[in-house]
Amino acid sequence: MKRLLLSVMVLSLMVCVSSPAFAADKDDTVRIGIFLPMTGGVAAYGQMEYAGIQAANKIKPTVLGKKVELFLVDTKSDKIEAANAVDRLIKKNNVHAIIGEAISGNTIAGAPIADKAKIPMVSPTATNPLVTQNRQYIFRVCFIDPFQGEMAAKYVYDNLGSRKAAILVDIAQDYCVGLANFFAKSFILKGGKIVATTYCQTGDQDFTAQLSSIMAQKPDILYIPNYYAEVALACKQAAEIGLNVPVFSGDGAQAPELIQIGGKDVEGVVFTGHFEKKAASTELAKKYIAMYEKETGKEASGFDALGADAYFVILDAMERAKSINGTKVRDALANTKNFQAISGTINIGADGNAVKSLVLIQVKNGNFTYLDTVNP
Amino acid sequence: MDPHHKRNQLLSLAGMCAIVLFLLYAQTYGTSYDVRILNNCALFIILAVSYNLINGVTGQFSLEPNAFVAIGAYTSALLTLTPMEKEISFIIEPIIWPLSVIHIPFIFSLIAEGVVTAIFGFIMGFPVFRVRGDYLAIVTLGFGEVVRVVANNAQTVTNGPLGLKGLAPYTNLWWSWGFAIFTVFMISRLVKSSYGRALKAVKYDESAAEAVGINTFWHKMLAFTCSAFFEGVGGGLLAHLITTISPTLFTFFLTFNLLIMIVMGGLGSITGSIIAAVFVTWGSEVLRFVEEPMHLGFIDIPPVPGMRMVIFSLILIFLMIFARNGIMGTREFTWNGVIDWIQKYVKPAGKGT
Amino acid sequence: MDVTILLQQFINALSLGSLYGLIAIGYTMVYGILRLINFAHGDIMMMGCFFAFYGIFMFSLSWWASFVIAIVLTAVLGIMIDRGAYRPVRNAPRISALITAIGVSFLLENVGLVVFGGRPKGFPRPEFLGTIHELWGVRFLGLLIWTPLVTLLLLAFILFVVYRTRVGRAMRCISFDMETTRLMGVDVNRIVAITFAIGSAVAAAGGILWAMKYPQINPLMGIIPGLKAFVAAVLGGIGNVTGAMAGGLLLGFAEIFLVAINPDLAGYRDAIAFAILILILLFRPSGLMGEKLPE
Repeated sequence: MKRLLLSVMVLSLMVCVSSPAFAADKDDTVRIGIFLPMTGGVAAYGQMEYAGIQAANKIKPTVLGKKVELFLVDTKSDKIEAANAVDRLIKKNNVHAIIGEAISGNTIAGAPIADKAKIPMVSPTATNPLVTQNRQYIFRVCFIDPFQGEMAAKYVYDNLGSRKAAILVDIAQDYCVGLANFFAKSFILKGGKIVATTYCQTGDQDFTAQLSSIMAQKPDILYIPNYYAEVALACKQAAEIGLNVPVFSGDGAQAPELIQIGGKDVEGVVFTGHFEKKAASTELAKKYIAMYEKETGKEASGFDALGADAYFVILDAMERAKSINGTKVRDALANTKNFQAISGTINIGADGNAVKSLVLIQVKNGNFTYLDTVNP
Repeated sequence: MDPHHKRNQLLSLAGMCAIVLFLLYAQTYGTSYDVRILNNCALFIILAVSYNLINGVTGQFSLEPNAFVAIGAYTSALLTLTPMEKEISFIIEPIIWPLSVIHIPFIFSLIAEGVVTAIFGFIMGFPVFRVRGDYLAIVTLGFGEVVRVVANNAQTVTNGPLGLKGLAPYTNLWWSWGFAIFTVFMISRLVKSSYGRALKAVKYDESAAEAVGINTFWHKMLAFTCSAFFEGVGGGLLAHLITTISPTLFTFFLTFNLLIMIVMGGLGSITGSIIAAVFVTWGSEVLRFVEEPMHLGFIDIPPVPGMRMVIFSLILIFLMIFARNGIMGTREFTWNGVIDWIQKYVKPAGKGT
Repeated sequence: MDVTILLQQFINALSLGSLYGLIAIGYTMVYGILRLINFAHGDIMMMGCFFAFYGIFMFSLSWWASFVIAIVLTAVLGIMIDRGAYRPVRNAPRISALITAIGVSFLLENVGLVVFGGRPKGFPRPEFLGTIHELWGVRFLGLLIWTPLVTLLLLAFILFVVYRTRVGRAMRCISFDMETTRLMGVDVNRIVAITFAIGSAVAAAGGILWAMKYPQINPLMGIIPGLKAFVAAVLGGIGNVTGAMAGGLLLGFAEIFLVAINPDLAGYRDAIAFAILILILLFRPSGLMGEKLPE
């Protein structure tokens, strides 16, 4: 009986599937697909970016006189699902453009599909150089690891006068490994010395052993290019064991949780980020920050701002192309010049990568404070 | 000998033709999304059926398929990428020598990855089968984690967390379904052979099996190595379907997916694994509607991303509580069974009218 | 290596190991009595942390009141999980129970992701636990003094319950033979529910201490500590409560000193636990302090 019931369940679901989905084929809306990790290991970043995109959609709900409709599909932080998601967005939801993914690896899994279907895709935070390599329709609004690593090394060497750097890197994240590597290369090139490189893995919460062995090498700067929660924990533990050296981090640190978790122990941490609330110069940024805080009650972070930027950049390209045709939007995207986005002025280079200025931010008195802007 | 042997062979042949025709139809008229889902179905059939060989048929509950799939996928990716492609992918540390120049055709890489994974499974079997029951599950889970950690760390071989990208998309419907049919055929032959009966004996009572002269250790090893071979090839096909791999693809999550499939299908039933693999792969795409905003007349339900995983976890628990045998129990699909069924149910109904 | 650093690493290991041990106690207790690997133990611990977190920030309770309530709520959650998921499979093959436990683990994680959201949250730490003490150049948190105290207290409590009370006698009886125990007139379901309540309460206490040491909570935080605690439990001989504590300490030392001796191998740190697990099961399957390995 049970078995019969189960079989009926299976069959009925299968029938459900085979019936054509109710894909809205009306042309009075502009459909933007979003594929982000809403569950799984990196769900935090996907959820943050989606919140940003939603706020952006509230600010600007129409383009070319049509309503913008968002289609979110979850990738479960997984490559197979990411590839399915992109194919689904294109074929089932007939989207005109795609935003995603948060992680380089999953973006790379979706990229060839969008490329083949000639649907432009903009990633908010995939920083690995390989993402846009040899791809016509893939773009991003964040800066890539080599640029950020180089700028970080330059600032640490020139402005802070550090010569002996230690690195604590999350070896399970391509973003962290990439950034650490480019930082180290540039730092050595400038004449600095990497006295210790040690590793942790996503999910680990105890870094005391790594930090103690770093302490034995007496560095004068600690570079932790990990995500905000890990950076905060590492700073806390460094303070606990008495490793009192300045900490430098990357754009993965830009989230209010850094201060919420780290408390007074992240005081003085400097990182390369995308924008700073008070120094935000563009009109869009001010609107966005107000809207985001109204919608979510939280402080805007780098992740959600980049999610929103991906949305705005696509809409801007559509407006300039005066079309939602994939190829035309692609050409417009590739010609994005001086777009006043939330995270500063964005130019899209020939390879689909954003060329934009970088902001140095420091935690001071429990707040992010603006230090400096570095232009590429 | 089955008196209906000839008839059954003919029916099987007809079934194959039907599948080929269906694939041709899908290839011509389906969207790339449909084709992708069909490919995924075939891959998960391969993985679930071979996982079921060790978990269901032999009754050795283990949690290692993510390790096997990872090894297969990395082997095939490293073999089919051209030296040029490898050079541009390995931006952090260059790839070590012999791998940097090797480049072989896809078909040979499939064989190679199966063999490499099988060897790995064979070696791993020695420590693993010294324990049983829950411990076996945990040790194999440990192996899965170790493989992932090594893949992250051995940057000169695997490119670390950056993974490998730009694999040629060799896997199409013919490769995936062809190999799925091959896997099902081979594993059902194995299960029906005297080895297969010995494996089932191991499942029901190890001591009794030992008492009638079955070397349980070597039979477990046989099942494990075979399972590894097919998981490995499945991994290679998977790599060439999504064209990029990295250690995050091979977490316990993958094993969890396969576990749902074989439990839903019925531990020990190849037919069940096939049905459940298709059902779960397809179903998880269908279930996406629960994460979309819904308009139920006057109420608007906001989208709840993440509901699918909640539903799948619940399905697994409910299966265990209410339908422990899954869809098929340990029964298999046979033509005789189908024809008996038709005779039993259809004829009386026919008489009635 | 200089002595201060070495001592510091020693303290680090002690601190990490005692937390592993604390979580392992609950794990091993449930296993010892029910022969069930409660795969969801780490996730129950996570739920305990979130209960405490919401107690403080949503209902503005003082930290101790919120911790007590969190522990009670987690115990109730443990009973509910037992009632809803584990009791129906109690007479099924052992593997069914393990699969159910895996299902419960994924369910808690994903419900957590949907309800709490994936963004990590900062966990508060009472002032006196956060102060840093210094002794011979070695620094440690006030928490470090309290963790072993709490652990010993809980250990004593569990040992008392298991060995000195009627309920405990019934628990030990169940671990021998559930059917016979039932025939003797013991309400097995009630005893098992109590076991889960205690196991979950200990998990919550461990989780709260963990969250104070590593003040970041998210729905997936239970996975790694849960797995490590399981290894610690096996290391100490699963089912042996004192052994679990020893196993936890040993694992803590192994992990910290792998990194201390060769920082280049730090990336392999997570593999150490499993390497130890495999070696232990190969060469001394009964664990370091355990009895015979059950089938």
